[in-house]
Amino acid sequence: MKLLIKNGIVVDPANKTEEKLDVFVANGKIFKIGRSISDRDAMIIDAKNCIVSPGFIDMHSHFREPGYEYKETIESGSRAAAKGGYTTVACMPNTSPAIDNQALVEFINLKSKQVGLVDVHAIGSITKGREGKELSPIGELVKAGAVAISDDGSSVMNSEILRRALEYAKMFNIPVIEHCEDPDLAGEGVMNEGYYSTLLGLKGIPKAAEEVIVARDILLARETGGRLHIAHVSTEGSIELIKWAKKQGLNVTAEAAPHHFSLDESTLKDYDTNFKMNPPLRTKEDVKLIRKALKDNVIEVIATDHAPHAEVDKRVEFNNAAYGIVGLETAFPLICEYLIRPGVLSLSQAIAKITVNPAQILNLKKGSLAVDQNADIVVANVDKEVKITRDFFASRSTNSPFIGKTLHGSVEYVIKKGKIIYQNAQA
Amino acid sequence: MSFRHLITLQELPKEDIQEILNLAQSFKQVILRPIKKVPTLKGKTIVNMFFEPSTRTRTSFELAAKRLSADVLNIQMSTSSVVKGETLLDTLATIEAMQIDMVVIRHSASGVPLFLTKNIKSSVINAGDGMHEHPTQGLLDMFSIIEKKKKIEGLNVSIVGDIAHSRVARSNIWGLTKMGAKVKVVGPTTLMPKEIEKLGVTVCNDLKEGLKDADVVNILRVQLERQKKNLFPTLREYATLFGVNSEKLKYAKPDCVVMHPGPMNRGIEISPNVADGINSVINEQVTNGVAVRMAVLYLMGGGKKDEAFN
Repeated sequence: MKLLIKNGIVVDPANKTEEKLDVFVANGKIFKIGRSISDRDAMIIDAKNCIVSPGFIDMHSHFREPGYEYKETIESGSRAAAKGGYTTVACMPNTSPAIDNQALVEFINLKSKQVGLVDVHAIGSITKGREGKELSPIGELVKAGAVAISDDGSSVMNSEILRRALEYAKMFNIPVIEHCEDPDLAGEGVMNEGYYSTLLGLKGIPKAAEEVIVARDILLARETGGRLHIAHVSTEGSIELIKWAKKQGLNVTAEAAPHHFSLDESTLKDYDTNFKMNPPLRTKEDVKLIRKALKDNVIEVIATDHAPHAEVDKRVEFNNAAYGIVGLETAFPLICEYLIRPGVLSLSQAIAKITVNPAQILNLKKGSLAVDQNADIVVANVDKEVKITRDFFASRSTNSPFIGKTLHGSVEYVIKKGKIIYQNAQA
Repeated sequence: MSFRHLITLQELPKEDIQEILNLAQSFKQVILRPIKKVPTLKGKTIVNMFFEPSTRTRTSFELAAKRLSADVLNIQMSTSSVVKGETLLDTLATIEAMQIDMVVIRHSASGVPLFLTKNIKSSVINAGDGMHEHPTQGLLDMFSIIEKKKKIEGLNVSIVGDIAHSRVARSNIWGLTKMGAKVKVVGPTTLMPKEIEKLGVTVCNDLKEGLKDADVVNILRVQLERQKKNLFPTLREYATLFGVNSEKLKYAKPDCVVMHPGPMNRGIEISPNVADGINSVINEQVTNGVAVRMAVLYLMGGGKKDEAFN
């Protein structure tokens, strides 16, 4: 099948392209990119007023399978990804059981193939059972296809074990992704510690709970020369520490989640559990500084931390509610609304953070529109309004704080290996 | 005035607070009579749902409801295990199906009363939620102050103790600052919630300084479990630094009013001679609690003031 995407602005940061070009796809690959291409047999996609970018890559999702299929499955997660413009997703190993061996990585690969929508890559756990006590068989995980290791949901609290993980992972050139949170400092906290936690009478999570681990991890990256990737950065202090690490030339990268550049703690005032996440929503100042860190490329990746939870997990007392929100479908609208349209990031800067940058960190030959590459392509309109309703979500869960909002930024077509896997009904 | 729910004093307008306090005065007369019952809420059903152990507040609400001739159902939920939200919603649905009119709820998790208002049709009264608010306690504390001082405006009120974990402190702060009192919160740095001064209070970490010129001293209960979390080193040290005894009370005005929401740890946050001394209104607070809750239930039941006392 041949596809011809016409009249769109091709945004391909990997090749420093941002101009009006046509993209011609044949046999699942990008065949040609140029001005005024025509082909009589090709199916034409009119990308007028749209950008044409590499398929988005999310390096931080939770697809809950195996173990929590009532929240999400690889199938429903893949549909959510496709709807959000993502053609590649790396999913975190905090499943039940945790992804800590070859067989489970293979299970995810197999499921992903069976579903056949997007590429779902496994992230293996750093330690067996994510218990922080013994290293997982990292070499075997990588051999089976794991693209990174992480105990996401918890930090590896034993500094010696993390040191060895960073050292050992160097042999495979994979990043060690750390969820930075000191569990003693975080305690039973359910939101950011500050004025609003005082007002609501909810236990707070101090910023230092994140920052002390970011600092420690950076020092261990310095010690080992290992590749450290800091997940979901939420505070000013973390940003300063990452800046320092980069100034030292350390192998440290970082990501921010869309909710951390679009929402602050004041939104929790009604105890709506869809605003409960970890790390928690922080102050207005932090939100501002996350945006700036994205602009300055201190944070080079936007990752969704897509964390589906069912109603039984969320429609409960705030203290008992699960942490996290679904993020794949709302990521692009939020990037448009809060980063591109206000001019915080240029189109190319923004797209790089969801394509080439995560691809580089995960060593994936993806995230660009080079000729002969697999045709993973998104056609999206930065200025088109989308109304976020419960029905908007393809995910099995709808735990989103953005329900009821109208945002700008609409994914129109998503193409995976030359095949249209999502098309906006309102296109 | 009639309001549908009573969840916080933060959101209750000053005029409504004033009306409740005025009406409570009339109800206090009722409960001091030999026949302590009025028929105003006859036919209404009130459910006391307590997800946390409480004797004082629950019996106070129960008595208030009974003296208004309402039918009262007491439900004490298990507290040994974490109460799952599913159970909470299911329990609510069951109770609601019994055609009740009002729910009085006490829960260890902040925000649960608000959660109820979104999920049931009945009126909801917050009888204390986590560390958030305890509005009827705030109201009865204000009532007790007015009884002795004839006013609230311009008074120096010192709230002493574990401010961070106290719903009583928060409701007092909202209510008292609205009514024009100057509020000081006094306690160790580790038991002060962040940015509490933004609520319009002065923070003080020294007891003598904190009690200085106080017209009212409201002493909060200190929970033993806070010590286990290293929020202070020992109970003895807490008593030394923040326990109110007659020596320390001398820094307050001689005619100050001493209050405590109970139950007291005698010898820790309050010495027995202060608890039982001439400045103490601790037992009157209990009586006043019934009057104030009668006023709240009455107004929420949709009653008009003149009907109550026929």
